[in-house]
Amino acid sequence: MKSATTAPGDVTSFSLGLALPLGLAFAIFFVLPLAQLFYLSLHNDTAATVWGLGQYIKFLTDPFSLAVLGSTLLLGAEVTLACLVLGYPIAWLYQRSGSRVQTLIIMIVLLPLLTSVVVRTFAWIVILGRQGIINSVLQSLGLIGTPLRMIYTQGGLIAALAQVQMPLMVLPLITAIGRIDPNLSDASASLGAGSWRTFVKVMLPLSMPGIIAGCTLTYAAAITAFITQSLVGGGQMLFMPMYLYQQASTLQNWPFAAAISIIFLFAVLAIVALFSTLGRRARGYGDAR
Amino acid sequence: MSRRQNNLEALSFQIVMTVIAVLALILIVSPSLVVVIVSFTSGFSLKFPPPGYSTRWYVELWNAWQLQFAARNSVVVALWSTGLSVVLGVAAALAISRSKTLTAKLLDSLFMSPLVLPALAFGLAALMFFSLIGLPVSLLTLVIGHTIVCVPYVVRNTVAALAQLEPTLLESSAILGASRLYTFRRIVLPLIRPGIISGAFIAFMSSFDNVPVSLFLRDAATDMLPIRMWQDLEGKLDVTIAALSSVLIIATVALMAIMERTTGLSKRLTG
Repeated sequence: MKSATTAPGDVTSFSLGLALPLGLAFAIFFVLPLAQLFYLSLHNDTAATVWGLGQYIKFLTDPFSLAVLGSTLLLGAEVTLACLVLGYPIAWLYQRSGSRVQTLIIMIVLLPLLTSVVVRTFAWIVILGRQGIINSVLQSLGLIGTPLRMIYTQGGLIAALAQVQMPLMVLPLITAIGRIDPNLSDASASLGAGSWRTFVKVMLPLSMPGIIAGCTLTYAAAITAFITQSLVGGGQMLFMPMYLYQQASTLQNWPFAAAISIIFLFAVLAIVALFSTLGRRARGYGDAR
Repeated sequence: MSRRQNNLEALSFQIVMTVIAVLALILIVSPSLVVVIVSFTSGFSLKFPPPGYSTRWYVELWNAWQLQFAARNSVVVALWSTGLSVVLGVAAALAISRSKTLTAKLLDSLFMSPLVLPALAFGLAALMFFSLIGLPVSLLTLVIGHTIVCVPYVVRNTVAALAQLEPTLLESSAILGASRLYTFRRIVLPLIRPGIISGAFIAFMSSFDNVPVSLFLRDAATDMLPIRMWQDLEGKLDVTIAALSSVLIIATVALMAIMERTTGLSKRLTG
């Protein structure tokens, strides 16, 4: 397709100048603020007069800050794993269903994606609370005497985050599984491989691009989910977004908050880069077959 | 392996996968259902199942002026951000989608980057930037911030729609003597409209629901709904929030149904 270049008189493409307004808006209101954030993080005092790496050294030598970073990254991994284990069968079921059931599944999966995150989180407070469903069912069955404490626990937080972020995992998986040639599974079966073996040896590797894409989105969303972390996690557990917010808003320590943002930003970018490297490998693997 | 064993094995696989899938789907839906049910409680707590049913918390919601004020602000900001996102985003999508140059590729990555970067870091950066240039926080700063984080949805959906557009259609139109503007209005726009609408829909929803940017760019005079709800929930567990939540859930389901009818949203999101 030679006609796809921007040669004069070419009617199939549009002038690159059309991107100018949005490009300018991004330069002023996106790139400049982030550059200023970076600039501020390189100062040792709150008035931003003394240059230095003090804020980064403070973060990286403080066991408390490092523990916050560590538990945030761990939380993301746990939520991503939960989403993958629960989300893959949904995508599998979707590809085997008729079109009516398919629409129903998509609507169910999309619902949390489009409902307000505060509403979704609030629902989990109702479910996990002292007088919530789980406690009242367990109590009426006589299994427990006093209500269990589930809200403000790591387990409760993972369940809530997994539900909130599930669509981000399921949608790319549906796309990826849909692209797998169904003849491959049949071939595997006729060559004598059982369903489980076909799943592990054929389906999982071929859907790897979708798995990687889903994991990237879920992970990035789970570690930045400020509202869910603060409402279901409670004050006992501190994660990077809340840490950043406290330093910026409550303590007005902007340079340190800026440094936390930059460290958090690079942590997220490193994870995304790691996943996309894995994704490229997986795609090569898939193509090779 | 005998045929019988093989069948058993296949059956075990299907049962395990189906059971997990159904449980996961129930897990996804049940929180929304629980909220709708609990919002009709006659009691003062979020006890489930409710001791009795009434619409008292909806009456309460009718009088909750703080929530209504925040909701109005959220709608106004979401409408402006969506409008700006569509104008800027569609133009940019037209420019980058049919170009193979490096500039176009770089612009594409730039316009998509708000989706990956932690929005909270951008919120803080925007607050610092606006205070540096002396622009006080207002609905205007909120609209600017929201537009930056919402425009990627419009760009992505429009680019996807343009990718399916046959270049020969544009050539035929030109050969038949149509001007470029006429071709755009009569050929391009109608064909990419569903893509633009679904991008705008997602942009609107994500602006209405935005927390990380609003958190830094709003104040008491420009209260935003998700932040108001969050702060109410931090203080006490108010059943009024359940009534509001169930109103929002029902509105979302209705909007989704309309979008599915008009643009085939589900097919668009699964590629």
